[in-house]
Amino acid sequence: MDTTVTSNDTSENTWGGGNQPLKASYGKLMMWFFIVSDALTFSGFLAAYGFSRFKFIDSWPIADEVFTHFPGLHGYNAPMYYVAFMTFILIMSSVTMVLAVDAGHHMNKKKVTLYMFLTIIGGAIFVGSQAWEWNTFIKGDYGAVETKGGNILQFLNTEGERVALADVATSLPQTRVQHERKNGVWYMKDGSDISEFTIEEVKAGFAANNDLLIRTEILNEAGEKTVLSREESLLRLNRDGQGIVEGANLIHNEYGTPLFADFFFFITGFHGFHVFSGVIINIIIFFNVILGTYERRKNYEMVEKVGLYWHFVDLVWVFVFTFFYLV
Amino acid sequence: MAHEHKLEIFRGLLKFKSNTSKIWGVLIVLSIVTAVEVALGIIKPEFLVEERFMRMKLLNWIFIILTIFKAYYITWDFMHMRDEVKGLRRAVVWTAVFLICYLVFILLTEGDYIFDVYDSGFQSWDF
Repeated sequence: MDTTVTSNDTSENTWGGGNQPLKASYGKLMMWFFIVSDALTFSGFLAAYGFSRFKFIDSWPIADEVFTHFPGLHGYNAPMYYVAFMTFILIMSSVTMVLAVDAGHHMNKKKVTLYMFLTIIGGAIFVGSQAWEWNTFIKGDYGAVETKGGNILQFLNTEGERVALADVATSLPQTRVQHERKNGVWYMKDGSDISEFTIEEVKAGFAANNDLLIRTEILNEAGEKTVLSREESLLRLNRDGQGIVEGANLIHNEYGTPLFADFFFFITGFHGFHVFSGVIINIIIFFNVILGTYERRKNYEMVEKVGLYWHFVDLVWVFVFTFFYLV
Repeated sequence: MAHEHKLEIFRGLLKFKSNTSKIWGVLIVLSIVTAVEVALGIIKPEFLVEERFMRMKLLNWIFIILTIFKAYYITWDFMHMRDEVKGLRRAVVWTAVFLICYLVFILLTEGDYIFDVYDSGFQSWDF
């Protein structure tokens, strides 16, 4: 019992371990130390994101144009509403967590149980939402053409609205056969899902439709992506266009530089993993509460310790939200 | 039990009667700040986007300051940093703040330098 809860018995002499300058239990202190080191890990990731963004400061994707979906509102432009919702859910579950800690201080088992349960539900909703975000991002929406230099060309109509690859491409009498290892060089093969269009079909369709323009990755003075004139568009597409991209993965990204997708997957993935493990830990503590472990221990400090971790996860999300979606 | 909470936020401007009501109060503060951030992010007022301070858009400065504001209240009131002793508070906060500032400064400076190399070099990267 002495290892889980510290009593404030300071009758021992100073060098005998009776001195507690920080007035916190061993467990809480270690949780704080873990949080500091984990905070440094996350800031390492976010600083690396900043590094790559500064490196490509004139061509970085605009988050508002990438995350525009809301479940159930298909085709409706809803920039950031869903992330705002996720942020709110996480803050809410943080609140129920502090309420659980507070109820623990009053030794109120019923309330701790209820608030822990609500916290777990909030965490589960958040992880689910993140899975949905990933799915939408991986699928992509309009599709784009990738150039020889690895840059992205997107399609617009003359009103400045995005046009999907399916509406650009015409169908030519050819099919793109999936290249497998057994058919050619052993170290080259196509991914499992090759597109139904070929770059030739996109080029032919683009040349045939005078209303289409190309938008490059480069940001102009106003911070918007540059739109090329019709002549420039044709030249650019035919000279540089090499392949087509639909959606995003670690190598190709229809929204812009692949680094954006890499950091998105890595940082939100690492954070989501923290939320996931937080939910698991909360469930364990939840069952301990129900079984009356802390009632017998006469101390709910364990709830406080997992609470610290849970709030930390919320804290990190506040920064991820700012640097990925807002700035 | 030694669970006394300091119940003031905004430097004593707002004083709550109980710890529970303080938690709800902080939730309201955080929700308002988040709502303001999202609203600014969607509207993007022209003035804030065009004006710059130290080469960064005013809008981005606002976002970052509001984020630190939120981080303060999460740490101080949800994680009960307000109730910890000075030594623990400083050991945690100063360590993290100092190291993070250093890391961010180094990496952003380097990133900016590499951008200049790409931008002004003879090699074309957009093809």
